[in-house]
Amino acid sequence: MNLLSPEWTALLYLVAAICFILALKGLSSPRSARRGNLIGAAGALLAVLTLFFSMKMENIPLILAAIALGSLIAVPVARRVHMTAMPQLVGAFNGVGGGAAALVAFLELEEHSASPWIRVAIVFTMLVGAISFSGSAVTVAKLQGIISGRPLIFPGMRWVMVLVLAAAAAIAVLLVTTGDGMWGGILLAVGLVAGLLLVFPVGGADVPIVISLLNAFTGLAVAASGVVLGNVLLVVAGTLVGASGTILTRVMAQAMGRSVVGTMFGAFRGGSTAGSTAISDRPVKSMTAQDVGVLLAYAQKVVIVPGYGLAVAQGQHTIAELAQVLEARGVEVIFGIHPVAGRMPGHMNVLLAEANVPYESLKEMSEVNPEFKTTDVVLVVGANDVVNPAAKTTPGSPIYGMPILEVGDAGQIVFLKRSMRPGFAGIENELLFDPKTSLLFGDAKDSLTQVLTAVKES
Amino acid sequence: MDAVTLLTVVVLSVFVGFEVVSKVTSILHTPLLSGANAIHGIVLIGAIIVAGQASDPWLLTVALIAVVLATANLVGGFVVTDRMLEMFRGRKAPATTTAERQPETAAKGDTK
Repeated sequence: MNLLSPEWTALLYLVAAICFILALKGLSSPRSARRGNLIGAAGALLAVLTLFFSMKMENIPLILAAIALGSLIAVPVARRVHMTAMPQLVGAFNGVGGGAAALVAFLELEEHSASPWIRVAIVFTMLVGAISFSGSAVTVAKLQGIISGRPLIFPGMRWVMVLVLAAAAAIAVLLVTTGDGMWGGILLAVGLVAGLLLVFPVGGADVPIVISLLNAFTGLAVAASGVVLGNVLLVVAGTLVGASGTILTRVMAQAMGRSVVGTMFGAFRGGSTAGSTAISDRPVKSMTAQDVGVLLAYAQKVVIVPGYGLAVAQGQHTIAELAQVLEARGVEVIFGIHPVAGRMPGHMNVLLAEANVPYESLKEMSEVNPEFKTTDVVLVVGANDVVNPAAKTTPGSPIYGMPILEVGDAGQIVFLKRSMRPGFAGIENELLFDPKTSLLFGDAKDSLTQVLTAVKES
Repeated sequence: MDAVTLLTVVVLSVFVGFEVVSKVTSILHTPLLSGANAIHGIVLIGAIIVAGQASDPWLLTVALIAVVLATANLVGGFVVTDRMLEMFRGRKAPATTTAERQPETAAKGDTK
């Protein structure tokens, strides 16, 4: 419909853009985060309604049906996904957004004879959108365990990558100069391959950084698609996400003690192969749930270090109850949260908040590290890499340089582990063989339930 | 849109984008990532525009696929971000009692 004049349309798009800025601003502070997200959603709704009332369009029933279909797929998944699988879902949503941007640019190329400058924007959108789509697909597969979390490299991969990038550049130049739509499809295909090659070599623990980087990529692709369509709102929203996504990627990488460039290309340089999938047969000291219960019940101060294994076993509620029971007995209980505990920065805070663990007992790494010296027992539940001293002592290790929780300073360490298999990064943990360390094998939730019973009885 | 106006818009947006997220705590990294992810789902606008102009059935099909994908990004992104943030609610406010929390947990159980 043509109800809105171009001026009104531009004004309403401006309001939507302001909503997006306020959304990002709000999301940066815990108190305003939820409201910020809702403001963003309102801005998006306003923008879509504005579009429908400002342009003459064909195929409206089909478009509405497609929107309904997209919502019907996404909303139930977003509402029901386990919080443990949430990073994959964010990766997947990011990928489809990139794919959509690439398709939009492709269609503009096919439908209209654009000027060479616009064709530059079209090429950029298609290439970056396609990389984001296939790259995100790989991150989802890695996080979901469909493919190994370890870096996937093959001999000569570096040269294949160079070849693919050269092909992409050549096709891009051909497309910009000739404007021949045939090259569009080929460029999309090359972009998809480049995305795969870019993310395959990334080690599992670095996948969250890559998701954040691809999020920034999609933002840039969306901004470029705005240039293609002459739509200012897309330019503003895309650039905002591209810029804030870049900063966020850097901040996340810093929290994990990684460099962004090292994350993306580290595997090519070699050296990150120090990890091993072999299950060690060195002797370890194991303990029964009964013993662990007694140990905890008569301790003065206990630090619990939760990791992804806890979340996978859905043991958050059991561990919250264990903490309550111990505190009722007069034991001081602290949760030591590594910035990347879980699968993403802040992921573990979300999971424990879900289990109603009081905010005051969650301590960040810098706060909890000095506490370990006066701690009697550290209970490490389903975590491994974030307490691995190799990050400080073994320069060749893939996690070298990552700040860790220094649980080795405590009196006793108890690991609740599923098996002796190394953690997500695929590196053996020396701490497991320390004389101060005991292990309780089994599913985190089952083990915790047994420990809880033992504490109650003693 | 002329090139200089466009450049102005882009440069200003870059600065705003840098500025708004520069002081975020690590607790909020995941929700912020997810929220920013939802915002670029606004590419839905672009998908609708091309679908509204598509002339031949094959191009229309591709455009409608783009609409489905973009909608999933936009709507799903905001919903999952809201779910994450819902769990932070009340924890900052010391006034929140256990009694207040209980019905919430029950309601959450129902939706699963």
